[in-house]
Amino acid sequence: MSVLLSAVATLGAIGAGSAAILYFVGRKFHVEEDPRIEEVQEALPAANCGGCGFPGCASFANACVKAETLDDLYCPVGGQETMDRVAEILGKIAAASTKKIAVVRCSGSCDERPRLNLYDGASNCTIAAALYGGDTGCSFGCYGLGDCEASCTFDAIHINPTTMLPEVVEDKCTACGACVKACPKDIIELRKQGPKSRRIYVSCVNKDKGAVAKKACNVACIGCTKCQQVCPFEAITIENNLAFIIDDKCRLCRKCVPVCPTNSILELNFPPRKETPPAVKEEATVNA
Amino acid sequence: MLKTFRIGGIHPKENKFSAGKAIQPIAIPAQVIIPLTQHIGAPCQPVVKKGDKVKVGTLIGKTVGFVSANIHSSVSGTVLKIDKALDASGYKRDAVFINVEGDEWEEKIDRSETLAKECSLSSREIIDKISAAGIVGMGGATFPTHVKLIPPPGTKAETLIINAVECEPYLTSDHQLMMEKTEEILIGTTLLMEAINVNKAVIGIENNKKDAIDKFTVAAKSYPGITVQSLKVQYPQGGEKQLIDAIVRRQVPSGALPISVGAVVQNVGTAFAVYEAVQKNKPLVERVVTVTGKDVKNPCNMLSRLGIPLNHLIDFAGGLPETTGKVVSGGPMMGKAIASVEIPVTKGTSGILIIPTLESKRERMKDCIRCTKCVNVCPMGLNPTLLMNLTEYSEWERAEKNRITDCIECGSCSYTCPSDRPLLDYIRLGKGKVMGIIRARKN
Repeated sequence: MSVLLSAVATLGAIGAGSAAILYFVGRKFHVEEDPRIEEVQEALPAANCGGCGFPGCASFANACVKAETLDDLYCPVGGQETMDRVAEILGKIAAASTKKIAVVRCSGSCDERPRLNLYDGASNCTIAAALYGGDTGCSFGCYGLGDCEASCTFDAIHINPTTMLPEVVEDKCTACGACVKACPKDIIELRKQGPKSRRIYVSCVNKDKGAVAKKACNVACIGCTKCQQVCPFEAITIENNLAFIIDDKCRLCRKCVPVCPTNSILELNFPPRKETPPAVKEEATVNA
Repeated sequence: MLKTFRIGGIHPKENKFSAGKAIQPIAIPAQVIIPLTQHIGAPCQPVVKKGDKVKVGTLIGKTVGFVSANIHSSVSGTVLKIDKALDASGYKRDAVFINVEGDEWEEKIDRSETLAKECSLSSREIIDKISAAGIVGMGGATFPTHVKLIPPPGTKAETLIINAVECEPYLTSDHQLMMEKTEEILIGTTLLMEAINVNKAVIGIENNKKDAIDKFTVAAKSYPGITVQSLKVQYPQGGEKQLIDAIVRRQVPSGALPISVGAVVQNVGTAFAVYEAVQKNKPLVERVVTVTGKDVKNPCNMLSRLGIPLNHLIDFAGGLPETTGKVVSGGPMMGKAIASVEIPVTKGTSGILIIPTLESKRERMKDCIRCTKCVNVCPMGLNPTLLMNLTEYSEWERAEKNRITDCIECGSCSYTCPSDRPLLDYIRLGKGKVMGIIRARKN
């Protein structure tokens, strides 16, 4: 009996002593942290995706608390709603920002861009890009090996097995930018999502001369400048035989899309065009 | 007594089908395409334009910066254009297109066959001549030779090692050059010794080239300071650091250059090119190329001018066999499969290997079974399976700590892996990323 008592007493004493040590050490080495950091962190989506540019939500919360203004800070996953809540907690003002979405600027599918050789190396776009210009005549286009798909933490981009091109799932994409960084050919771009999720962009990154680009791919941009000439807002630049539509200047008027001779400019989520009878169209150009 | 390197190594089948085949010159076609990047370093600036007349040996591309090499015309004719052309890099890069007319050489080039033994030039003058002639490492690495011959401050050369190993299976261009141009190579070696101020040179030859070992051992007796060392047939015996370990028994520290242990290594083809440049005023305009493969009708060693499209060489060797799966520029271990046979011969084209489909197809990758075969064979003592994993998970800090930058990309790991894991491909990716991080850190 006394053995049991002494055992309980000894262990109890060790336990109490350890608790006391832990309590005092906890008090002495306590790190002073602004309680608002934790509050802001609770308001964030906890995806830890890095889309904000910081290594995780805790780091972003820290930056929000320490920053003078919230102008350069934006959580693409939480969006405006989250930033407004953070602003509320901190008594600051959230910057008004536009919702962006990832856009794949290549339409060189197997049908449009013939394959010239067979690649059986490692299934990784960055590795293939370091090796050679790809299995088609266009050395700028998509390799279709899925580095973008592998980098996405929101299941928002997938390689279509028929076209061998990536496709963005609109309601899942948070524009965090992981796929943009992952693509070794800089094909993916974050562009404004636009009203009703409408957007217009040149779906090509080929910088070869027009004839060379067209030979490799039916829907390549040949740098003919027809789109630039017809744009009423000076939103299109042509550099290195490649047209580019500037997000901030484009008003989605759709004038450039039908004039492109290779159908390289894509318009997404617009209503279908009314068919213009050829006779009327000819008259219009004569008068213009 | 056979020497060899102490860590790792493999022994793939040698398959030297073109061994003993005398070097034959190949006819010059109507047009050549000479890329302006045929070396490690900055691309050359063209110094000719459309319509210019050139002769063999005329300078057409000038160096930009220190790590670069001049490029000379390998034919006589008229410059058609300077445009982008597909080359062995897999991408289109700037090249000079020349329409061939006759075969006129620059006057200063001595085309006679007489052996020129004497040389009264100083070390600096020899290096300048090598630099002007656009000589690069002929083993395939194409590192500008004059850069290697000028040791950085604080280092001193003690031994010159001539890499006559040719450890890649199938390739025999160096071997044949050794048998046919023995004296010239020895003179070139003497010139290199003078250039770096050493009185000791060792020519390392793998034991599967006994005729070359015998010929050189006898001939080297007339050249003071030059000895021949026979080496065990093991891959990658011809790797710079492995060769230094085998011959002078020193290991180059991680991240350091061979000169830090007093060694300067030059390929035997480079030694020959140095002889031609210094003694015959001939810039680098042609090289020996092996065309080989199991089903190739006429495996051979060709003397080809730079700029000749590869399909001409393949036709000379009997054409592309029906069974062709891959055409590789270089050897089967470190060579690169090419996407088109119309790319031109460049300074680094040591051979064209045509592999049948059954042997060239890469199997689907499976999981790592932790067998450590890759660790056993790595000649740099690295852990390839770990490095591949770290690359897949973007763990760059750990990859750097595990010496990913020491990888010499020999391919021994991918060769031995029983799960067909593309170890080297991923390690190369990781190596590139880590080197980028290191560069950014220095800036």
